[in-house]
Amino acid sequence: MSDQLIYASEVFLNGLMAGVLYALVALGFVLIFKASGIFNFAQGVMALFAAMTLVGIQSGQVPFAHLINAIFGTKIHHFGWHVHSVVAILLTVLVMILLAWMVQRFIFKHLVGQEPIILFMATIGLAYLLEGVADLMWGSEIKKLDVCLAEGACLPQGINLAIDEATFNLFGYGFFIDNLDITATIIAILLVTSLVIFSQYTKQGRAMRAVADDHQAALSVGVSLNYIWILVWSVAGFVALVAGIMWGAKSGVQFSLSLIALKALPVLMLGGFTSIPGAIVGGLIIGVGEKLFEFFMSSGDLAGAFLGFTMNATENWFAYVLALIFLVFRPQGLFGEKIIERV
Amino acid sequence: MFYREAGDFSTTYPQDSQTFPIKFDRYRYYVVLAVAVLVMPFVMTDYLVNSIFLPFLIYAIAAIGLNILTGYCGQVSLGTGGFMAVGAYACYKLMTAFPDVNIFFHVILAGGITALVGTAFGLPSLRIKGFYLAVATLAAQFFLVWLFNKVSWFYNYSASGQINAPERTVFGIEVTGPNTEAWATYLFCLVFTVGAAILARNLTRGSIGREWMAIRDMDIAAEIIGVNPLRAKLTAFAVSSFFVGVSGALFFAVYLGAVEVGEVFGITKSFLVLFMIIIGGLGSIFGSFAGAAFLVVLPVVLKIVGVDLMGWPTDIVAHFQLVIVGGLIIMFLILEPHGLAQLWRVAKEKLRLWPFPH
Repeated sequence: MSDQLIYASEVFLNGLMAGVLYALVALGFVLIFKASGIFNFAQGVMALFAAMTLVGIQSGQVPFAHLINAIFGTKIHHFGWHVHSVVAILLTVLVMILLAWMVQRFIFKHLVGQEPIILFMATIGLAYLLEGVADLMWGSEIKKLDVCLAEGACLPQGINLAIDEATFNLFGYGFFIDNLDITATIIAILLVTSLVIFSQYTKQGRAMRAVADDHQAALSVGVSLNYIWILVWSVAGFVALVAGIMWGAKSGVQFSLSLIALKALPVLMLGGFTSIPGAIVGGLIIGVGEKLFEFFMSSGDLAGAFLGFTMNATENWFAYVLALIFLVFRPQGLFGEKIIERV
Repeated sequence: MFYREAGDFSTTYPQDSQTFPIKFDRYRYYVVLAVAVLVMPFVMTDYLVNSIFLPFLIYAIAAIGLNILTGYCGQVSLGTGGFMAVGAYACYKLMTAFPDVNIFFHVILAGGITALVGTAFGLPSLRIKGFYLAVATLAAQFFLVWLFNKVSWFYNYSASGQINAPERTVFGIEVTGPNTEAWATYLFCLVFTVGAAILARNLTRGSIGREWMAIRDMDIAAEIIGVNPLRAKLTAFAVSSFFVGVSGALFFAVYLGAVEVGEVFGITKSFLVLFMIIIGGLGSIFGSFAGAAFLVVLPVVLKIVGVDLMGWPTDIVAHFQLVIVGGLIIMFLILEPHGLAQLWRVAKEKLRLWPFPH
């Protein structure tokens, strides 16, 4: 194999890993969209909120410490204890369930029957609100996420070295794959499997699918819409937590974490808003596509000669343009339901 | 008491179809215009013009533009920031390439160039609808910002990657550059804002405006009764981008003077303008003004109350601002999905019947 091809295949593998992370965020969108028709723009901020809450609980931060200090002139910051990460994750899940209940009770209960676009805008409002609350609660400085799962410490340490060595023996060039990416992939596979099992084999899961299929029919056979929506938002909150942990471990818990929502949008367009496999396949295509595009554009002189400038940092827009071009030919995405329009 | 149409007889068709059918409304409009043109320039200070009036006037144009696309034609766009950037960079290139031409024409031309770009990015709207389109417009946002960052031709190969507005005059008075007078920039922007409002009002009540609204309400039904969706959607994109481009040009040339594209015309700008038309009211010219005024004044008020009065640190006030803006948007959508404009309409209805509502 030529060198170029080997480099390209390393880029390809890394793209796959990045794609898994995109798919993880996109999953949360699909869950809520299927069940309630709400296109939840706040999914990225939910991931940020979950990750911040996790770090906050772990390190025993006092919620709203800055605000309390500003009002009362006190100087509190930490409770002074340290919570074990498993307990902290469980507590964060509880917080996300509470959040799901509040979102349903105070926002979307009042918006039932509104046009989808109004609901979408409400979630943009929710994104701002949640971001502000998260910053007020835990402070906006960059935090380090220290979870055993996410740092890859639970995996045998040498696994990426082993891959490096094995590929070196095969091709004469060692592939480098980040430990974190491997962990993320395994966790994503576990998450998707458990989601599928949950939605296929449990009572709640079936009810969830029934609601996604037809609200009124589900209502008429005795499924409580309110309960299902809270459930769906909780599951999405849990997915957000997982995504938040992964991305947080990668780049630190900070504001830019909420921008992963923007990464997930083209994935959704490509895969279709209503399809879980679509989210996964779309994530992989986008992850691989943007890495390969960046690789070819910045390595070859091709673009430079034609355009008079170097094509780099294309990751910001490539996914969108790919999805846009794709959609012109297939407006419902790869796996989306066929759009049938009636008057 | 005076807010009645009774006794005000229309004798010609133009009189019958005028924008303000009630006499009191008409005079109020003339008074507001007269105050804006004749009184405000004399009381304008640098602080007022930079923190309130210039952003208000410029955002109002952008909000009118987005309102035409989203409020009247029903095509949600998240690419406003990108199109504002097109206006700004077009204006910059024109200003530096043709220094002898009046800046007034540069701003208009920048709007025209943005209209072309907007139409190109509007083409997919014929196939892609709803959320898919909203997300697709993000492609414009990210691609355009990236383009202006990477291609050094757009910023004339300057080392910093910024664009700086050269000094230009209108009737011998400087309106761009560092040595401008507050009143001059204010009046310059006011001309564009009033012009945009009048143009938009007349477009939206004419045949093309009715086509947009038909497409918004139900595109298939509109197509069946003979509205050409290609024409309606693309004109909406073109007109909307024209206004957004003009506002981007003014934002760069008159208000900021120096622009770094990623910071100024990022995705947050798209959302800001979208919030303006949601809070102000979708499908209403008055709503665009109300929303722009609201979101320009809100941070100023919060800063005065939070930082100056309560003595809180600025970051906490900034976080509070996020909470309040987010909360307000949700509140508006729940209580009054048609925004401030609807409140205004309800108030006017009440006023007409006052003091005997039954």
